[in-house]
Amino acid sequence: MAVSSSSFLSTPSLSNSKSTISFASSVSPAPITSLRRVAFRSSSSHRRAMTVRSKIREIFMPALSSTMTEGKIVSWLKTEGEKLAKGQSVVVVESDKADMDVETFYDGYLAAIVVGEGETAPVGAAIGLLAETEAEIEEAKNKAASKSSAAVAPSPPPPATSSPAPAIAQPAPVAAVSDGPRKTVATPYAKKLAKQHKVDIGSIAGTGPFGRITASDVEAAAGIAPSVAPPPPPPPASAAATAKATATSSPPLLPDSSVVPFTAMQSAVSKNMIESLSVPTFRVGYPVNTDALDALYEKVKPKGVTMTALLAKAAGMALAQHPVVNASCKDGKGFTYNSNINIAVAVAINGGLITPVLQDADKLDLYLLSQKWKELVGKARSKQLQPHEYNSGTFTLSNLGMFGVDRFDAILPPGQGAIMAVGASKPTVVADKDGFFSVKNKMMVNVTADHRIVYGADLAAFLQTFAKIVENPDSLTL
Amino acid sequence: MQSAFSLSFSQSSLTLPNRPLCSSNASPRNLRFCGLRREAFGFSPSKQLNSCRFQVKSRRIEVSAAAGGNGAPSNKSFDYDLVIIGAGVGGHGAALHAVEKGLKTAIIEGDVVGGTCVNRGCVPSKALLAVSGRMRELQNEHHMKSFGLQVSAAGYDRQGVADHASNLATKIRNNLTNSMKALGVDLLTGFGSVLGPQKVKYGKDNIITAKDIIIATGSVPFVPKGIEVDGKTVITSDHALKLESVPDWIAIVGSGYIGLEFSDVYTALGSEVTFIEALDQLMPGFDPEISKLAQRVLINPRKIDYHTGVFASKITPAKDGRPVMIELIDAKTKEPKDTLEVDAALIATGRAPFTNGLGLENINVATQRGFIPVDERMRVIDGNGKLVPNLYCIGDANGKLMLAHAASAQGISVVEQVTGRDHVLKHLSIPAACFTHPEISMVGLTEPQAREKAEKEGFKVSIAKTSFKANTKALAENEGEGLAKMIYRPDNGEILGVHIFGLHAADLIHEASNAIALGTRIQDIKLAVHAHPTLSEVVDELFKAAKVESPASTTPQSVKATV
Repeated sequence: MAVSSSSFLSTPSLSNSKSTISFASSVSPAPITSLRRVAFRSSSSHRRAMTVRSKIREIFMPALSSTMTEGKIVSWLKTEGEKLAKGQSVVVVESDKADMDVETFYDGYLAAIVVGEGETAPVGAAIGLLAETEAEIEEAKNKAASKSSAAVAPSPPPPATSSPAPAIAQPAPVAAVSDGPRKTVATPYAKKLAKQHKVDIGSIAGTGPFGRITASDVEAAAGIAPSVAPPPPPPPASAAATAKATATSSPPLLPDSSVVPFTAMQSAVSKNMIESLSVPTFRVGYPVNTDALDALYEKVKPKGVTMTALLAKAAGMALAQHPVVNASCKDGKGFTYNSNINIAVAVAINGGLITPVLQDADKLDLYLLSQKWKELVGKARSKQLQPHEYNSGTFTLSNLGMFGVDRFDAILPPGQGAIMAVGASKPTVVADKDGFFSVKNKMMVNVTADHRIVYGADLAAFLQTFAKIVENPDSLTL
Repeated sequence: MQSAFSLSFSQSSLTLPNRPLCSSNASPRNLRFCGLRREAFGFSPSKQLNSCRFQVKSRRIEVSAAAGGNGAPSNKSFDYDLVIIGAGVGGHGAALHAVEKGLKTAIIEGDVVGGTCVNRGCVPSKALLAVSGRMRELQNEHHMKSFGLQVSAAGYDRQGVADHASNLATKIRNNLTNSMKALGVDLLTGFGSVLGPQKVKYGKDNIITAKDIIIATGSVPFVPKGIEVDGKTVITSDHALKLESVPDWIAIVGSGYIGLEFSDVYTALGSEVTFIEALDQLMPGFDPEISKLAQRVLINPRKIDYHTGVFASKITPAKDGRPVMIELIDAKTKEPKDTLEVDAALIATGRAPFTNGLGLENINVATQRGFIPVDERMRVIDGNGKLVPNLYCIGDANGKLMLAHAASAQGISVVEQVTGRDHVLKHLSIPAACFTHPEISMVGLTEPQAREKAEKEGFKVSIAKTSFKANTKALAENEGEGLAKMIYRPDNGEILGVHIFGLHAADLIHEASNAIALGTRIQDIKLAVHAHPTLSEVVDELFKAAKVESPASTTPQSVKATV
């Protein structure tokens, strides 16, 4: 984020040299003489100005005191798209000393908010964009989108708040179950959360008393782990783990090391990984012969079918016969048999990990599934996934075979019963019962499951079914 | 005598020779609040006398005579010198002061001693707010972490919280009762009413006469029509203070002091809150700048939403498996706007005077919207606009300033008058506080009020402001959120109003309210010293930030003496 103008830095009132908070503050007059301070803003960014003539100005984090290095956005007083007049307060910034209203020097429209409320940005970083005309709002928004993905302290674009692995496997009754004419009733906190996570409140089905939408409904829809409600104590394991994690990170940094704070997505991953430690898991591996599957793949590949779709379909069909593996244990008190088989597939995207969900993988045919998958991957890359498209999984599939990995084990995402880790299919020498040697393609499949609900025999039986389907793949195309 | 002495400071010239020496006496005893007066009386007279080494002897005798009790009426033709109807904080303050002044005093109470403040108001609500403050702190992981503290999830036991509130009320009620008994105030039980001039009936048919009568019957929660209060799901502050339940979602009708304080309690205990406010913005009545900041801190980040500019035209309690239904209409057009479905509704739309059955018709007094009309000396005005002799009304029943400590101050002012010293209470010097987290407090005029007055009277107004972020103690507590603001006259240094939002604001306001009450000017008070580091430096910063044209009036010597 280039500090393309120094205009605000040169504003005289910023040389607030006597404003040190110290012993002296009890003697000297108040350092804060006026809360309404400088306006900031700056002329259009250089590189933009070269190519486009439109005036989109960046709103910068102003330096409100001589000691300020970063500021927190307390609140935006204007919303995106709102008209601004010169001199109006636009945003409230918290410095190390006070909250100050920041004014605009220009007329225009608040086109985009780059740094959201409660977030922090270094002095000089763009926190919002100001468009001169209404027509330029769209353009500014696009610019903001590219900015926020690169920003150090980004505003949360919807996919970024997701977890690598779905946080809670709500069986996605989402839009389907809304019962008609009833008006939506949402609690104050639910509304706040929906706004914060940009979730359309109308698309959520309420599960609270009298069918109202509660905060946990919104959290489920947004794919974030429920915030710790006052009464339930957090699992001590995770607390201990956090403490441990902080402890191990404390040794001094090596020279020239750098610390990069997590992006929102990385934080979500980290949080989920810590959370996963509270689930007792175990792992079962199974070698699967893939000759038939490979042959089928060659046949259907020209029709746009991918290996992911084949594996998801096979897993879906196997799960249909072993519902316990598709179940989840949400509160530690019982099984939740999910009504749909939704296969989440882990995908690495730039700087993160996301799990788009193939819903009803057992029911959709292979071609539809492949089509759906392409669509999801496209959306994931452009960060356009809707919450239900990445948090409604009931079973996760992770495939590292394309890298030549022969076997690995996966961490069970909180809220799901099992995750399957698929290795590469490799030619292997096998001996049959008559003592004949042959070379067959084999891949190692390793499933991690929640032992509170899935037991060894369940998992073994499921893997057997899965192997059978893969080894006789004709049923996949039916 | 003690109080008379301290009161005299507010008007007397600054040349009283013994003033600096007896400065401990200058504490505003007349404004003492609730049950705390008992302790004050129990210990202070002799102590204060001792501290005033140059006290005239005759004074000491008078004081001890007064403290000795509630003797015979000074005028033999009456049963009492003073009868007070209502033993709330106002009546209690008046009774104690009356005994001090040597009046034979009786107080009539038809319900429980302590009135609204002690039993159903300020006192139990402070107990709940003390809990909510701690819950808030313990739940704020970020706040705890910034101290390096680790706390596992905080929880609470509803009944335990409720018991704390009721125990506190009981304790303060007993203190209040004992303080009056110890002094020999006659506590008469039964509903009191005025039979005629200088004649009062209480209970069934007990009739007493008194030289002077004070009506101090207080108020009850005001419930607008259309609202059905069932005490379970649609409640007033009376019920809410018992904390019989903590609903998941509660609508609070009215965003004044009561509503705000309860929103603080309920959200800390896990409820979500919806405010319904008839005016166009939340927290009307506060200085706009303060309410703007307060909204940023007390409303926006919490689980609260709101509807402004609407009336709750109809509220039906939860029954037959339906939630509480609230019909909203536009405050101006009266068009239906919305229907809310919540788990409970708290009606905090203000308080209505409790003046029914007082026998006011016997003395030709007509109430105005229930309030008893009085003049600036709290003397009751009858239907013809004439003063009713020997009859006074203080506190919520006259509606001048519906605060417990205002009632007490008014009562003391009345006692001053009936004992022969004219006294007019300066209402603008009475502070008010809202005990949210953080607290809000104020005294005097708001900025718009001051600007309007300045326009009319042709003087200039200046504003001084300081932030809690500049205060060391506040930062040590990790509570830098807050603002203090003073409105003053730059020409003569008069303080017009002070508004504080921040940690312990309610305790910080008194330096300003005392300055206003005593007429102390900024150029003088700014030379006073504050301990460092304390929150009181916030107010000090205000005084020091002010730019006053007049020079300090105190001489260097006397400043030294004060130190």
